[in-house]
Parts: sequence; C-alpha cells; structure tokens
Amino acid sequence: MKAEITINRILGALGEHIIAHEHKSDRRVYLEIAPETVFEASSVMFEEIGARLQIATGIDTPAGIEVMYHWALDSEDCVVTIRTLVSRDAPELESIAELCPAAEWIEREIWELLGVEFRGHPDLRHLLLDDNWPAGDYPLRKDYGGDPK
Amino acid sequence: MTKRTIVPIGPYHALQEEPEFFKLHVEGETVVHLDIELGYNHRGIEKLSESKDFEETIFLVERICGICSTSHPLACVQAVEDAGGIEVPERALFIRSAIGELERIHSHLLWLGLAGHFIGFNTIWMWAWRFREEVLNILELITGNRNHYGMMKPGGVRRDINDTDIPAIRGMLEGLQDPVKMFRDAVLEDPLIHARTKGIGILTREKAIGYGALGPTARASGYDIDVRRDHPHAAYGMVEWDVVTTENGDVFDKAVVRILEMFESIRIIEQCLDQLKIVRGPVDSNPPFVAPGEGIGQYEAPRGEVFHYIRSDGSNRPVRHKVRAPSFMNVPTNRETVLGETVADATIILAAVDPCYCCTERMAVALDSPGGQRLWGAADLIRMSCEKTWRLMDETGLQGPAPPPTAVN
Repeated sequence: MKAEITINRILGALGEHIIAHEHKSDRRVYLEIAPETVFEASSVMFEEIGARLQIATGIDTPAGIEVMYHWALDSEDCVVTIRTLVSRDAPELESIAELCPAAEWIEREIWELLGVEFRGHPDLRHLLLDDNWPAGDYPLRKDYGGDPK
Repeated sequence: MTKRTIVPIGPYHALQEEPEFFKLHVEGETVVHLDIELGYNHRGIEKLSESKDFEETIFLVERICGICSTSHPLACVQAVEDAGGIEVPERALFIRSAIGELERIHSHLLWLGLAGHFIGFNTIWMWAWRFREEVLNILELITGNRNHYGMMKPGGVRRDINDTDIPAIRGMLEGLQDPVKMFRDAVLEDPLIHARTKGIGILTREKAIGYGALGPTARASGYDIDVRRDHPHAAYGMVEWDVVTTENGDVFDKAVVRILEMFESIRIIEQCLDQLKIVRGPVDSNPPFVAPGEGIGQYEAPRGEVFHYIRSDGSNRPVRHKVRAPSFMNVPTNRETVLGETVADATIILAAVDPCYCCTERMAVALDSPGGQRLWGAADLIRMSCEKTWRLMDETGLQGPAPPPTAVN
C-alpha cells in the first residue's frame, strides 16, 4: 500500500480519538471519531499530514446526522474519510473554516440542508437556499416533507 | 477617505449568461472586498438522486452540466463501482479516457473563446468556437451526440468505438493540432493579451492549497495536483502524458495551462485509439446489482476534480449521493484574486477559474418572511408566466388562442 506510512502517522496522531477504523482498500480508509475531536483531527490532517480537503458530506441516518470529511493524500493515491456522528436533536460541530478556508462553503451547505450548527464559523448564512427559507426545514433530512401545498 | 460602493455583477451575469451574483465592494476603481451569492438556480439534484435507481442517477448527473456531461457521469459510475466492488473491462477504460479528453479539449476551447470575448478580443472567441465544433463532430461520431453523450454506466460504457471510425477520428484530431498551436502562439506572443492578463488576478500557491483549488486554477499557481495522475482511474495510468503546471497564478498562466493541456489531451486520445486496436473484448461487465457499501468517485474534469460519494444499502437506489463540482472550490478563490484589482479587470479575473454555475448550484421559493408562508410555487410561476404573455399580447394587439382557464384567475 502506497499510503501505509502516512496512514500509520494519522493513526498514531489521532490515537485514542479513533472509535472505528475501516481499511476498505489500499485507496480508501474510513475512520470514525467523536464529534468533539473534529477540529483536532482536521488540524492533524490539514497541517501535519498536508492532506487536501476534497469536501465534507452530511447524511441523515437512523443513528443521527453523520458528517464525513474526505481528505485526499494526493501523492499516495488514497482518500481518508473521517466521519463523526452528531445527534439529530441538536447537531453541532466545531467549524474548521478558519483552519481550512476550503470548508467554509460546505459547512454553510450542511448547515442549511441538514441543520448542523458549526460553532465558530466566520459567516454562517444561506448558500444555496433562499435567505427566507424557514428555520428548521432541512431538505436533505429523510423526514423532509417537500414543498407543502 | 474614498467612499465605498458596491458594483453588482449579477444576479444574471451579462457576459457569462449564467445566474450568479458577485457584489464587488469598490473604493474608486479598486476592488476591496468580494461577496459571492449563489442559489439562483438550485436544482436539488442530490435529493433528487435519492429517488432514482443507479442507472437513472447517471442520466441525472449527466445533466448537472452541459460542458462536463462526461465528467459527472464518470465520477458517479466510479463511485458506484467503488461502493459495489464492480470490475470494468480494460477496453471500456480506454474509451472512457478518450471521451473524457475530447470533453476537455472542447471545454478548454470554449473557455478560451469566452476569455477572448471578456477582454474584447472577439477574433479569439470566434476562432476558438469554430474549432470547438470539430471536437463536437468527433464526439458526435463516437457517441451519437454533440453533448450529453450517455456513454457511462456502472461496469463500463454503453457504446464501443468501431474500428472503422478510428481513421476518421484520427484525421479530425490531426486537424486540431494546428489550430491549438495557433492559439498557443496567439496567447504567448500577443502583446495585448499579455497586457490584459499578466500579473492580473494572482492566486498564490498557499491560498490555492487553503481554498482547496483544483484543476488549471491550482496548477497555474504551481500547486501540482491532477487526480488523473494522483489517483489513477479510467486509462490514465496506462498511457503517457504530462501534468502541465506554471508558477505565477495569474490569468495569463491559467490560460497557458489550459492551452498546453489540449496537446496532452490529444496525446492521450491517440494512445487510447492505439490501444483499442490491441485491447479487444467486451466494454461492459453488466453488474447485476450494487452491493451495500459506500464509494468515492474522482475524475479530473476540465475545471478540476469532480467528486462523487455514494452510499448504497443494497437496494436499487442510493441512500445518499454527494456531488462536489470543481467550481465549488475554485469560485471562492476569487475573493483573494480580485482584491486590489480594478473593476475593469474583475470580469476576466472572475472568469479565469472557468466557473461553471450550473455545477456549483444544484429553485428558490419566495416566502412571506414573518409567517414563513410560501408565496409562489411551481404552478403559480407557470400561471404568472402565462398571464404576462396574455397581457403582452393584449398590449401589442397580437392574436393568440384563448387563454386556458387556469391562466386567467
């Protein structure tokens, strides 16, 4: 595996923060961490490892809102996805936009489409939806009823 | 102190003819801040995809963008293949790369023409679009369509490239060499293009990394990334080609990267055509179903990496489908590149990332703010449109059929 040394460095740096670890293939690694450690893990990935934030994905699952940060290790042909699970009632994560400007728009998108609060975001306002979009109406949640008549 | 004013470009761009809104905060002629507003054309494609099966999803993402109508499907099928562990026959990989590179040439020519138009060099615009037609002819020969090729599917491609078509494709490709050389010389040697683009709208390497810039926008700043080389897919690991990078990060360098990339694309297509003579066999592994799992698909579109994430629960449709187009990462870099520049240069700087709004956006509903009550739905918009047409016909004395009953209340 081309990225083995880097993956071991990531595993070492994140240590006990890692709740689950799936080595899906030589090119895809999935790690799960607690929501409180997202900023720290992102700073390891961006500043220490030099990984590129491809994007973050939010998913509404029965267990809660899952947020995934996809980090590309471009010189080693590998994508490391770091995921975390936040409660559906009050989903909240620390923003990584100040650390990595690439996250600014996607955090705004996840906030408006899935309702995850990003603490410390420099400019948390609507990106794709109308400014008057009703609060608490999140289109990407599975229970979203669509356009009411 | 100079008074600060806002110069609006949008919500419908007069030159790019796409909906986006750049608010240029200016002091005198100098841009001091940029606010970008999106959402004028949000189509909800990620949500829509959850209601489509895996075959239909490919057709849906093909319509995210007319220019990248191979990039999105290719990234999407690769995500499905990654999720379901689906193998692809080697011959299909060469066809995928050949189509992808033809798309890159036509996209870069389209941008080059627009860039010429933006700086008032309309000859470049007309020439570039004239030669782009040749590329569309090749694509029509191979796929049957000038755009929206419908070629990608999980497990392979839908149509083979016939041996009998290859000489004609080669002839057309050969005919592209001279025009691309002409554009290279025109850009590298024309003093007016130098004056308008050199040292203008510089994106530093450090900012490019921070914003996660992609494609020619990143490579023109010396940020050497290209997922065709870094994360090999399709046939890119099996052919010889070079990643083009430059160091200055200005509008000129972004143009140079795109022009030189067209030569590399022609190189890749020629090698793919050679291989198609040797690598025979099926072009589709016909996967019966997509196993439960999650997958990531990356493809280097003309503007940079397209990223698709798909999660499957073993049913015939995705549980979640995330789409990230390159412009989503590249457009925010404008906040850095346009600072300190003049309003006159802002149009070309904002266009230098080759922004694709239909990719970045993916219906806005007007609301009565205090009550949260929706004022207009789709039916209302159609009714209002009909009413306007009938009013105009009335005013101009034009005759038309009687208005439908729903259009007159």
